[in-house]
Amino acid sequence: MAYDLSQEDPTKLAEFQAKIDAEIKIEPKDWMPEGYRQNLIRQISQHAHSEVIGMQPEGNWVSRAPSLRSKKILMAKIQDEGGHGLYLYCAAETLGVTREQYLKWLHEGKAKYASVFNYPSPTWADMGAIGWLVDGAAIVNQVSLQRTSYGPYSRAMVRICMEESFHQRQGYEIMHRMMQGNEAQRKMAQDSLDRWWWPSLMMFGPHDGESAHTSQSMQWKIKRESNDDLRQQFIDKTIPQAELIGLKIPDPNYKFNDITGHYETSDIDWDEFWNVIKGNGPCNKKRLDHHIKAHTDGAWVREAAAAYGVKQKNKLQTA
Amino acid sequence: MNQELYQYTLRLADTALILSHRLCEYTSCGPFLEEDLASMNTGLDLIGQAEAFLKYAAEMSGNTNEDKLAFQRNEEDYKNFHIVEYPNTDFGYLVTRQFYMDVFNYFNYSQLVNSKDVTIAAIAGKAIKEVTYHLKRSSEWIVRLGDGTAESKERIQACLNDLWMYVDEFFETDEIHENLQRQGIAADLDVIRKQWHQKVEEVLQEATLTKPEGAKYSLVYGKDGGHTEYMGFILCEMQYLNNRYPEAIW
Repeated sequence: MAYDLSQEDPTKLAEFQAKIDAEIKIEPKDWMPEGYRQNLIRQISQHAHSEVIGMQPEGNWVSRAPSLRSKKILMAKIQDEGGHGLYLYCAAETLGVTREQYLKWLHEGKAKYASVFNYPSPTWADMGAIGWLVDGAAIVNQVSLQRTSYGPYSRAMVRICMEESFHQRQGYEIMHRMMQGNEAQRKMAQDSLDRWWWPSLMMFGPHDGESAHTSQSMQWKIKRESNDDLRQQFIDKTIPQAELIGLKIPDPNYKFNDITGHYETSDIDWDEFWNVIKGNGPCNKKRLDHHIKAHTDGAWVREAAAAYGVKQKNKLQTA
Repeated sequence: MNQELYQYTLRLADTALILSHRLCEYTSCGPFLEEDLASMNTGLDLIGQAEAFLKYAAEMSGNTNEDKLAFQRNEEDYKNFHIVEYPNTDFGYLVTRQFYMDVFNYFNYSQLVNSKDVTIAAIAGKAIKEVTYHLKRSSEWIVRLGDGTAESKERIQACLNDLWMYVDEFFETDEIHENLQRQGIAADLDVIRKQWHQKVEEVLQEATLTKPEGAKYSLVYGKDGGHTEYMGFILCEMQYLNNRYPEAIW
């Protein structure tokens, strides 16, 4: 059943909105409308799942990293992503839902993760493109979310942004090195940009007019800037970076508008966007199956740890 | 070049290198997120140790560097213990492989911090802090799984039994090792053998598990350049880009 804001106590709702308007953070024990809580449960858990599922396309190359330095960086980066998942699950748990339940919703297909991770990473250059473009797009969104109205989410974002900016730089460095390398490397880097450019623009979601959650989220300051504004920031930041190292943006219509001071690009292929979100991307099944398998395979370990914990507790009580 | 010191340094380097490789393969396969992070963290410590030893080996050899040593040698030129080649299989095998190796690393580096070779002593000084933590973690898992459920007890006991065949290599000495030990560079393997068995017994007892028996299975050892059937596949992956694009710099 759809959530109806009119069911909420109007006085409490007004007080709540006044706090939001005064930029006072909402904390876990504060009163909040059910719609606000539900919106955060959806958004923070989706964000947490994205960090964790995002370990997979990078994990695909960690055993084939070409140098000790690149392998160490990739291992550290994957570890960071998992760490971000942990902060975010903790932030999400403050809303009264356990991590176990969040994972169950993920496995049942009731919770989403960033659709960009349903694209494959067939080449080493994808380790560059994912860092540069996917983490680059995530940072634009996450910098904005540092000012989100829910305290635990906002604080998690501050820490995550520091690490993500390192990821974005290391991704760009991989692309830069490859563009300075031989022809095969330059071709690999360009091919990777060609494949990741549009999915990274899609990461900001539908146009503002078509986004189901934008209006209420903006009023409650869960979201601080609109999808299209954030996407434009990313485009303006990224195109000069591509040009600097000799990569071509895979869009015949892109151009800089001197009057607005922004780049203009072709429209996104929204059919592809919705198709991948609906589960029909190249890796949707693979990513989710992998997560479910790891979770299922690890059940005996979690059960053993729990049983051991109970035994230790009993020993302490009888001692 | 001191050929014996070079070979000994590669043994230390390659054991850390291949174990870190196995751990990085485990990305996103852990029983829960915290263990994914912990496995990767251990892998990062180990690749750092490998890099330090490979740099030292490259300096000794001249005309090479740590990346060439890590990614461009032939299989017989890698000198790691067999046990680190063993596939992750499941969390029980991963933990057991780590536990056997951590106990060895802990006592080995405890001696190597006083090695007369200052570079080895310095690397050991950093490594001992890391492997102390690794040993704590893997011992705790052995205890949890041993004294957890009936299923976990049975499974971890099978892992301990299966990997036991690789343990004797830790303590097998040879001319290279004996010469370096006499010079105060390499550790005394007899001392480590006693300490290793004592520590393993202690942890297994707490875990209500049985220490496996059996002496020697391998005909050749990894530290002499003979490898298990797993090694070729590891190198196929590890060396993929270096083999495919030998001139490229990444």
